[in-house]
Amino acid sequence: MLTDLSLVEARDGLRRRAFSAAELTEAHLDAVAALNPRLNAFITVSADRARAQAVAADAKLAAGESGPLLGLPLAIKDLFCTEGVRTTAGSRILEPFVPPYESTVTANLLRDGAVFLGKANLDEFAMGSSNMTSAFGPVQNPWTRADGAALVPGGSSGGSCAAVAARMALGATATDTGGSIRQPASFCGIAGVKPTYGRCSRWGIVAFASSLDQAGPVARTVGDCAVMLGSMAGFDPRDSTSADRPVPDFAAACRRGVRGLRIGVPREYRSDAMPAEIEALWQQGLAWLRDGGAEIVDVSLPHTKYGLATYYIVAPAEASSNLARYDGVRFGRRVEGEDLTELYERTRAEGFGAEVRRRIMIGTYVLSAGYYDAYYLRAQKVRALILRDFTDAYAQVDALLTPTAPSAAFAQGDKMDDPVAMYLNDVFTVPASMAGVPGLSVPAGLDPQGLPLGLQVLGRPFDEETVFAVGAVLERAAGFRHLPAIRAGAPA
Amino acid sequence: MSLDPATVRRIARLARIHVDPAEAEQLAGEMNGILGWIEQLNEVDVDGIDPLTGAAQMAMRLRADTVTDGGIPELVLGNAPDRAGAFYAVPKVVE
Repeated sequence: MLTDLSLVEARDGLRRRAFSAAELTEAHLDAVAALNPRLNAFITVSADRARAQAVAADAKLAAGESGPLLGLPLAIKDLFCTEGVRTTAGSRILEPFVPPYESTVTANLLRDGAVFLGKANLDEFAMGSSNMTSAFGPVQNPWTRADGAALVPGGSSGGSCAAVAARMALGATATDTGGSIRQPASFCGIAGVKPTYGRCSRWGIVAFASSLDQAGPVARTVGDCAVMLGSMAGFDPRDSTSADRPVPDFAAACRRGVRGLRIGVPREYRSDAMPAEIEALWQQGLAWLRDGGAEIVDVSLPHTKYGLATYYIVAPAEASSNLARYDGVRFGRRVEGEDLTELYERTRAEGFGAEVRRRIMIGTYVLSAGYYDAYYLRAQKVRALILRDFTDAYAQVDALLTPTAPSAAFAQGDKMDDPVAMYLNDVFTVPASMAGVPGLSVPAGLDPQGLPLGLQVLGRPFDEETVFAVGAVLERAAGFRHLPAIRAGAPA
Repeated sequence: MSLDPATVRRIARLARIHVDPAEAEQLAGEMNGILGWIEQLNEVDVDGIDPLTGAAQMAMRLRADTVTDGGIPELVLGNAPDRAGAFYAVPKVVE
């Protein structure tokens, strides 16, 4: 089936003219029509636009052109503004919002010929690890377990990852603020890459926490992620934190191997509470890298345990500031009030969901007079120490290997009554976000319930190439061929 | 530090989010849970450490102070919930 191809295989098939872009897009739209009512991975499906883009791609292919993503159907996380296509951020407050402009990352993908199938579901304003906070309903993980419970895809990029895992799209854009690419990629058995902060432009991405937000790709192979990131990345003068550096050939880096590399094992990531199968998979991953010629080195990241608490000050503080723009005046939903203040307060109370309101409140509190130094300033200092941990570690090693998440996918509704328990999902991903360093999750094995588990590779700032090299070696060694029960072409 | 419902209502006012009394009670509990967990940062020795404001380890770029965009009022106002001519419309602020 066309939907079983990897992105690179589909690209090569189009170039060989084995099938047309129109056929490829239609196969994916059929998969969306069949599976989305069950999985809810897309908030908006832009079928007509996708068909028109595919026809245009076929014309270019016939003329001998070959953009890096020409004719390849992708899902776009509904946090990226898409010109003329509704962009909700998973929030009721943006339900009617149709951007008059295109985000830089999606514009780069369109420049390279991609076809957009639609906008993928996510936790509201990317705040969550389960996709349960979307105002457009939860996403179901295409993987199932024996007890039949519907599982979460992780979050916040849960719709993106579910769409790719279920073969509704060849790849998808995602964003990572504290783990929102890597954790759902692990839960859905696919690959996902959070590049270095500054590698992809944030212009036109609905802002959550501006010092942490970073866009990246999710796809079914590490090589597919490399191709997508090559298109998404690049300097953008419209984002003052965009890095003015050339975009390396990430796909070539996937073929480098790990011979001679030093791979660090951060001892603070080990805990007695870690499930045995995750510890075993981690050891297996280290053995694969050793077999590939890497040297394994114990390292210390002493402030790891403070990563989450630091994150839950810094991210809500920035969110409370960023989300001040949703006031019911300039765009989005409005709830009328007697006066302007009541209009603001009613609009925001009804427009934001419970988790978003909670985080705005926490952020407002830690930034308020009298508490700024005790919370926010202290958190920024701890953040400096977390970055120093990574800088020290990278003086000894080229990359780090850890588990991606402390568990496999859990059931919808679990952890909902305890925000802190939900936050602990990101314990292994948050420190790298705080430090801005690149990371990748690659599917490496199954837990005893048959659910996928990922391994995380972290690298030096702007050294995604080594991250891809290590990830590709793990992918080849793991030979992960398992498939989710709910996918295009599977018996219902 | 422990938040009472009155403090929660004050924060809600600052955040411009309407909170009714029952909600303030519940939010106080949830926020105290989160803030209590965050207290662990007090054990970290941060003496002499400069705060890190962002992950971009570079100087902020400046651009020329010139107009680079504009003249598109219909696009800008296209998503407004209410408008009057080329302006956003809100409830009367000054009597």
